[in-house]
Amino acid sequence: MSELWWAIGALAIGGFALKASGYFVPEWVLEQPRVTRIALLTPVALLAALTAVQIFGQGQSLVVDARVAGLVFAVGALLLRAPFLVVVVGAAVVAALVRLIAG
Amino acid sequence: MTGPSDDQQKRTAVRRQAWGVGVAVGAYGLGFGALAVANGFTVLQAMALSSLVFTGASQFALIGVVGAGGAAASGVLAALVVGARNAFYGLRLAPLLDVRGGRRLLAAQLTLDESTAVSISQPSSMLARTGFWTTGIAVFVCWNIATIAGALAVDQVSDPRVIGLDAAVGAAFLALLWPQLTTRTARAVAGGSAILALALTPLIPPGLPVLAAAAIGLAFAWPEDAHPGRNDRPEVGDE
Repeated sequence: MSELWWAIGALAIGGFALKASGYFVPEWVLEQPRVTRIALLTPVALLAALTAVQIFGQGQSLVVDARVAGLVFAVGALLLRAPFLVVVVGAAVVAALVRLIAG
Repeated sequence: MTGPSDDQQKRTAVRRQAWGVGVAVGAYGLGFGALAVANGFTVLQAMALSSLVFTGASQFALIGVVGAGGAAASGVLAALVVGARNAFYGLRLAPLLDVRGGRRLLAAQLTLDESTAVSISQPSSMLARTGFWTTGIAVFVCWNIATIAGALAVDQVSDPRVIGLDAAVGAAFLALLWPQLTTRTARAVAGGSAILALALTPLIPPGLPVLAAAAIGLAFAWPEDAHPGRNDRPEVGDE
């Protein structure tokens, strides 16, 4: 079985354990202010890092290419409160066009 | 006075709202299916993620790390961090739903941003239960159908880069992040971790810079006097 299938299995079990823990863990554990702050801020850090690496990363090097144009479109679309699909599809179309023009 | 027919009307309204949410979430599912395949997952793996894991932001985190060349284990870790807020949803839902045994496990699997948001915004516990179960089922159905459609569509494309799907993954992360950037703390954490992840990219294997950046979130959250990103508990509907 491939590594990805193991990852999917591990995430299915771990993700379910997180969902279920709220129904089983005593309330005071999750009510700690520090725990709630960590739950709130670590996803923000992760999503920002994922965005940056997805746009500028290529293996272990950093490059500026058509993806940046896609990101600029996404920022503009989000500022205009565009729906999710418009943001994502628009970013793809912009990046594809830049690649087509740049050859 | 509220008669039985009045209750019935209210429940119908909640069910309609739930399916509206489900269809809207389908848009994310379409994006997820497409980007999973673009990032090297098979159609079957995309389907397994949406049915078994069934937490949008976590699924996106896994395919992002793996697609960037990171180890699958790093991807799983990142996905679990993103999914940690579901624990807080369960905490809030447990007294409302009052479920026992097997139904409690089923409720746990359907616990997500959307089902929690619809449930806790209802005026009575009866409507909260209707809202939770209907939204959970509606999102599950729409999310999985959309995943299959998106995955099959991209499976026909030989090079996802030609149609810009690599840029679409970054845009999807930004769109998930955007609603959480409501406070100065959250924006500082986002900026700091993006810079740290890029600075570490040439130095350590793919996948690890993203996890290291999570330390920025920890550093901001740890001090006793820190004020949180938004409220004193995770908000519903951050996805």
